[in-house]
Amino acid sequence: MAKQNLPSVLMFGWEFPPFNSGGLGVACEGLSKALASSGVPLTFVLPFKIPISVPWCKFVFANESDLVSEERMKRLFAGYQSHSENISIKNTVTGLPETISGDLIERVRAYAKKAGSIAEKNKHSIIHAHDWLTYPAGILAKEASGRPLITHIHATEFDRSGSDNINSEIFHIEKAGFEKADVVVAVSGRTREKVIEKYGIHPNKVKVVYNGIDFSQNSASIEQNLDKLKRGGNSIVLFVGRITLQKGPDYFVSMAKKVLSCEPNTFFVVSGSGDMEEEMIRQVAREGLSDKFIFCGFLRGDELARVYKAADMFVMPSVSEPFGLVPLEAMISEVPVLVSYESGVSEILSSALKSHFWDIDDMADKVINVLRHKKLSTQLSKNGTEEVKTIHWKKAAESLIEVYNSLNHGFSLPIFSSAPASASTQVSYF
Amino acid sequence: MHQPLRVRKYRIFDVGERSDYFSDASGTSLDNKFIIDKVSQKSYLPANRVILENIKRNPNFKVSFSISGLALEQFEKFAPAVIQSFQELVNTGNVELLSETYHHSLSSIYDRDEFETQVKLHRRKLKDLFGVTPTIFRNTELIYSNEIAKMAEEMGYRGILAEGADHVLGWRSPTFLYKPVGTENIKALLKHYKLSDDIAFRFSQRSWSEWPLTADKFGGWVSAHNGNGHSVNLFMDYETFGEHQWEDTGIFEFLRYLPEAILANPDNDFVTPSEAVERYPTAGELDVPNHTSWADTERDLSAWMSNDLQKQALDTIYELGKEIIHVDDPILQEDWRRLQTSDHFYYMCTKFWNDGDVHKYFSPYESPYEAFIAYMNVLQDMRLRLSLAKKREEHGISLTRLKPLRFSEM
Repeated sequence: MAKQNLPSVLMFGWEFPPFNSGGLGVACEGLSKALASSGVPLTFVLPFKIPISVPWCKFVFANESDLVSEERMKRLFAGYQSHSENISIKNTVTGLPETISGDLIERVRAYAKKAGSIAEKNKHSIIHAHDWLTYPAGILAKEASGRPLITHIHATEFDRSGSDNINSEIFHIEKAGFEKADVVVAVSGRTREKVIEKYGIHPNKVKVVYNGIDFSQNSASIEQNLDKLKRGGNSIVLFVGRITLQKGPDYFVSMAKKVLSCEPNTFFVVSGSGDMEEEMIRQVAREGLSDKFIFCGFLRGDELARVYKAADMFVMPSVSEPFGLVPLEAMISEVPVLVSYESGVSEILSSALKSHFWDIDDMADKVINVLRHKKLSTQLSKNGTEEVKTIHWKKAAESLIEVYNSLNHGFSLPIFSSAPASASTQVSYF
Repeated sequence: MHQPLRVRKYRIFDVGERSDYFSDASGTSLDNKFIIDKVSQKSYLPANRVILENIKRNPNFKVSFSISGLALEQFEKFAPAVIQSFQELVNTGNVELLSETYHHSLSSIYDRDEFETQVKLHRRKLKDLFGVTPTIFRNTELIYSNEIAKMAEEMGYRGILAEGADHVLGWRSPTFLYKPVGTENIKALLKHYKLSDDIAFRFSQRSWSEWPLTADKFGGWVSAHNGNGHSVNLFMDYETFGEHQWEDTGIFEFLRYLPEAILANPDNDFVTPSEAVERYPTAGELDVPNHTSWADTERDLSAWMSNDLQKQALDTIYELGKEIIHVDDPILQEDWRRLQTSDHFYYMCTKFWNDGDVHKYFSPYESPYEAFIAYMNVLQDMRLRLSLAKKREEHGISLTRLKPLRFSEM
């Protein structure tokens, strides 16, 4: 088959490394890079101007473009405007860069206001929006250019807050994003199920594209203090991630207690911070495990690499994890991993141990066995390292291009061959 | 035919608390009773019915079965109808039963004494249930070597089954009988793997150029060997009929018409392995210094002992045996033998795990690592039981040494 014209993509993101607070930025970087290297021309839109440039795509910042009238906005968001007064969301939860303050929903709206004119000024055949923060922008861009919209879901409101505690305004923004989209892309099968069940979206419209990771050898040297512990005959079990309800830190502590009953020479290292950090430290103290836990705060880059080097086992007991990139980092560093079945990444991993997050005995049993049987840990780390090499962003990009092409199919006319203004007829109702 | 006793989810915290390793009752693929019920209904019972009808219609139709002791004892316990239907088949006189290790183990490789014990246990089981004594040996998963042939000969067998692997036969044909190197009185019957696998693996494969396979077509392929061989040895899992190849593939119809299709050529007939050994001379020596088997594409031992998990598990179980066989604790010994079944090590195979291959299909565990963990936890409990048994024995001995105390002597 002759290679067909690849679509050009207008991608709406919220953050981008190194200006990111979470996985969303990492995923956007990995995906955009892999798409570009597959030959897909890409314009990446961000809400705020940040000093960033990458070789593979052009950045557009919303706060530099023309304004859409306030009235158009009101009409578009009439459905959930009334709730806006009560909304206040912590920055760390949503991925909003720390430097930006102010009401989040207002920022999301301000972003969306610029989307129409951005769509008119930048040539594209597909609109691709990442998570609810960018869905209003994606919807308005679609209204402006008439191009198909893909809403990519990395984490739903249910994943962030647990079922009882969801913010209904955000829920409605997500729902609108899914409904207005031509295709919804979910980062795992379990996220896809949520989109279908909790938001009532037709199954045919929701596709799964798993995240990837760039493999690069961890050549860091082992963290010194942990190295000393290991030389003294101790094992290291590692937790990496935000210390929030959804990551299951409380289950990690309960598991640690069980492990220590059989393997007393074990230390539990926690890297991360979050709103449950204090509660976790208190729980550790209550259980009398304070001398077996090491809290090292939020680590990144080389510091984290050095801790990975020291770990004998990595555990991710997430209660709800749409994907979960961290175990892949551990696998790159040749650390045996245990992930919960409640994580999206468990759907694609073969060379990993798996448990339900609530099954403390099962998790502890597996950790103890890995610590006891050198052969088991070697097999897991060897096979895991091989496997993680196959989970690359290129694979994700290929699946996405398939989705793009399925949408592109309907257009026989060359897209935006004339002036961008031609799209204005489709947004006449504004 | 074989069904292992699968080890339940057994955690480190169960060690010393419970020793019912094979008692899963979850209705999943770890539940041994559930599997026996399912496979009996889907495969053993309907296949036996077809074979019995075939024998009644064609008195020259013959079949042989090698049924592991663990399969037989599970039928007795969970599906007695299967035992009855085999008794009926054996009573026709057209069905031969072969010898193997009771526990479907790898003991032929690891421990000769244990190997002989398990073969004897199996012979006794056949005698008890069917009143027959086998004269042909087939080892676990068709594992074979010069040495195993020699052992079988020394145990009095006249024939032994093996895989007709290309790397063993070279240009020679599996349709002749061969004399294993270093033996005098035993003949090797080799599996015609192409024709066997046409039924066992390819029967329902729509991408196969010969699909659909009819009994007539297959009969033609068998007949084509006339004048160039003595016997076409079709060896396969009995679960091929109804379990690996489902009923809706037409596999039972195929089996039903196979006798007529083959007997349509007057030069063909059916023989059991012992009749073949009786009737045909050997066509040369067969030299197999390294083990062969019928598993995977490698046809070697790699399905059970290619990675470090498998090796450690095997080393540990046979190491334990050195003491267990000397302890007077029949239940501990029986558990030890049940843990030798080859399937336990097959589940730990990581060869093709990532590609979702046949090991995954057959494994009741989430991964080879989980199979290893459950197994090693059980061995931990076995070790504990062994040391308790040894203590009991010492205690028992010291008690008998103690003279009875009499008041008159005090």
